[in-house]
Amino acid sequence: MRIAARELLRRPGRFAIAGSALTLLVILLLLLGGLLDGLYLGSTGLYRQQESELVTYSATSRDSLLRSRIDADLRAVVDATDGVAATHGVGIALAGYRIEGEEGMGDAAVIGYEGAISGVPAPPPPGEAYADRRLAAAGVSLGDTLLLGPERVPLTVVGWVDDVAYLLQGGLLVEPDTWRRVLASARPDAALAPGAFQVLAVATDGDPAAVAAAIDAATGGATSTLTVDAAIAALPGVTEQATTFTQIITVTFVVAGLVVALFFAFVTVERTALYGVLKAIGASSGQIFAGLVLQALVVTAGAVVLGGLLTLGVAQIVPPGIPLLLEPARAGFVAAGMLVTAVAGGSVTLRRVIRIDPASAIG
Amino acid sequence: MPALEMTDVRKTYRSGDSEVVALDHASLTLGDDEILALVGPSGSGKTTLLSIAGGLLTPTEGSVVVGGEEISALDAKRLTRFRRERVGFVFQAVNLVPFLTARENLLVVAELGRRDGRAARRRADALLDELGLSDRAGSLPAQLSGGERQRVAIGRALMNEPALVLVDEPTSALDTKLGEQVMELITSEVKSRSTAAIIVTHDTRMTHYADRTIEITDGVLVA
Repeated sequence: MRIAARELLRRPGRFAIAGSALTLLVILLLLLGGLLDGLYLGSTGLYRQQESELVTYSATSRDSLLRSRIDADLRAVVDATDGVAATHGVGIALAGYRIEGEEGMGDAAVIGYEGAISGVPAPPPPGEAYADRRLAAAGVSLGDTLLLGPERVPLTVVGWVDDVAYLLQGGLLVEPDTWRRVLASARPDAALAPGAFQVLAVATDGDPAAVAAAIDAATGGATSTLTVDAAIAALPGVTEQATTFTQIITVTFVVAGLVVALFFAFVTVERTALYGVLKAIGASSGQIFAGLVLQALVVTAGAVVLGGLLTLGVAQIVPPGIPLLLEPARAGFVAAGMLVTAVAGGSVTLRRVIRIDPASAIG
Repeated sequence: MPALEMTDVRKTYRSGDSEVVALDHASLTLGDDEILALVGPSGSGKTTLLSIAGGLLTPTEGSVVVGGEEISALDAKRLTRFRRERVGFVFQAVNLVPFLTARENLLVVAELGRRDGRAARRRADALLDELGLSDRAGSLPAQLSGGERQRVAIGRALMNEPALVLVDEPTSALDTKLGEQVMELITSEVKSRSTAAIIVTHDTRMTHYADRTIEITDGVLVA
């Protein structure tokens, strides 16, 4: 192990090619992961922050929030179902906005709610909104009045909330009547009567799956009730994005493993004579192999640190419209994954190391 | 106790359907402070004998006892420990670890045996001093002359206080004068420690440094 450590210290250039390739792969993994996290978190914030366990859609909506309609009568049936502790109406209107007194437009998700969203206070008075902090990056400030939809419905931003975006649109959280007004302005064909919502967030006091089935049975099949996780998976594109990015990330890890494996296989071939001598003077295959794995781990750890720093630099110049989100958990996953990959990649040399004959040192 | 007792040792290899005899019923006894020169043409079996004596190869038949320890039936793990603790090697191509200093090349032997404490460092320094390399202790092999590298290799072979030192063609890459200096150094270092040694050489001019010379031809020892 010490021999391997000294080689790393004295001949860092020998590992530069592998280190550079691994650094690039770390950057790629962090950027892919950051984009996946940005897309996922930016699309699902409203759902993830729900304090309720279930989401009830109208059955005809095919689990689409924007198509779903739950009127007051249907809600009363849900409220009366055994196991339902409370329901909170939720609705969304995707609308363009203009900041009063300024040029240019932006897009927002106006969210009508009755409460029970984590980190969000009780609904504000009519005409006011809590804004998702991502709207600050789009130029919205506290106290701004936003004019929404064709009818320029005014909303004054009175506070910031975190992580309540929907399909990458920053959320503007308002009381239900204000939301209905914006919805009627943005989509006149989808206007809802007072008391109606698009979905219900349902808190249970029993087994959520059983309560979901009970709700749908009680409504005679007029509703489709999903767990929050299933509702997130039903969001357009979320599952496809996650699957695609996960596959790319998996392939990138495989490539990283191949880089480590090929590099250290080459190193082992190049050093067959040296390892033969070390074996002749008493090194075991395990000691030589441990040294190689140590080198693979150190080179990879260096690549993780350097790649992480470079990715932070790249993140500074990424345009704000790109949903890149560098989460510590993702960095930890990439670091752990790379180190495991390094051990796996380095391990392919074991057979080769074992086969080196100490007698090759002589003659 | 003899440093080495080889009794009726035979080593054969398979080559297709035929059997190649590399060492044929070789018997040899080496005193505990005796230096033996082993000479013979290429392919005569010198290297095979040296490898078997050093635990690098196991014999097909026969008994090999080094410093009182029977090694012919040891498994690979025990042979590794035997080599680490009981024999010293000086290789033909010197074969120092290129990214370690002269001192670290000596300490490698102790580190492999996890005996890299203060005593090992003192021994390495003492050996370097004896070999006239104190001021080169921090130099890498590439910064040393051919003779200095050979001296470091000798120091490495003596680092574990071996019962038997095995030297493979120590002068093959050196001119006559440097070759003689190296042979003098090897023999004086070995003799001063009352250690036994086998020196394989094809250079008969160097055999007078040994106590005894044995010739090997076609795997058969000729006294």
